[in-house]
Amino acid sequence: MVHWSAEEKQLIASVWGKVSVEECGAEALARLLIVYPWTQRFFDNFGNLSSPTAIIGNPKVRAHGKKVLTSFGEAIKNLDNLKGTYSKLSELHCDKLHVDPENFRLLGDILIIVLAAHFGKDFTPACQATWQKLVGVVAHALAHKYH
Amino acid sequence: MVLSANDKSNVKAVFGKIGGQADAFGAETLERMFAAYPQTKTYFPHFDLGKGSAQVKAHGKKVAAALVEAANNIDDIAGALSKLSDLHAQKLRVDPVNFKLLGQCFLVVVACHNPALLTPEVHASLDKFLCAVGTVLTAKYR
Repeated sequence: MVHWSAEEKQLIASVWGKVSVEECGAEALARLLIVYPWTQRFFDNFGNLSSPTAIIGNPKVRAHGKKVLTSFGEAIKNLDNLKGTYSKLSELHCDKLHVDPENFRLLGDILIIVLAAHFGKDFTPACQATWQKLVGVVAHALAHKYH
Repeated sequence: MVLSANDKSNVKAVFGKIGGQADAFGAETLERMFAAYPQTKTYFPHFDLGKGSAQVKAHGKKVAAALVEAANNIDDIAGALSKLSDLHAQKLRVDPVNFKLLGQCFLVVVACHNPALLTPEVHASLDKFLCAVGTVLTAKYR
């Protein structure tokens, strides 16, 4: 089980409290699809992903980004049981969605950059370190049920 | 992975805007890397890695200078960084995974200080550029 210090929990909560799940989620997913275009392979039914402008304006991207980050919020509420929290989602991503777990790491890194752009200097090195740890364990939990 | 004409101009624009802050960005990149990825500290047992370390500042300046050099010679990064590539292969032998970690932290620094600069397209170009630099620096490893 992952250990979270009081300081880490505070850094996570204080950032999350100021995050617009809808905006950050949409931006993170859009950037994933733009910066790492091969990730578009999972979204054939999303319609127009032909350019950064199309991706950013795509309503399915926005909606899915919100969904993904909302789920991330669940992780934050259950820091002491991430594997349990993500057990079913992990199975889904393996068995139905067939997503290489490397994609979770890519999205995690993108989310960090979105948060950095949003919070500027408030996103201190300690803050980044805590959040890199968080996205890492979330990615790990989502990959846990893979077989 | 190939840098398009757009990528090249995006990268040049970023470094143009960063200008004199490059040294500070280099230092902050290292500071963030050591904090977020403590295993990277293993390459610097001879450094004081405490806050405000003069050695980290000096090293950050070197790292930034290399990135600036690569950006200024973006049509031939391998040529521009050839000596540095030899150094990494023969002496430093930093494991290739670490270049990605440094790249991530550099992007975070740019995002923190110049969020408006880091549009999704520029983010993509800069990420590609940083990958290309890492590839060049590890190209002679074996």
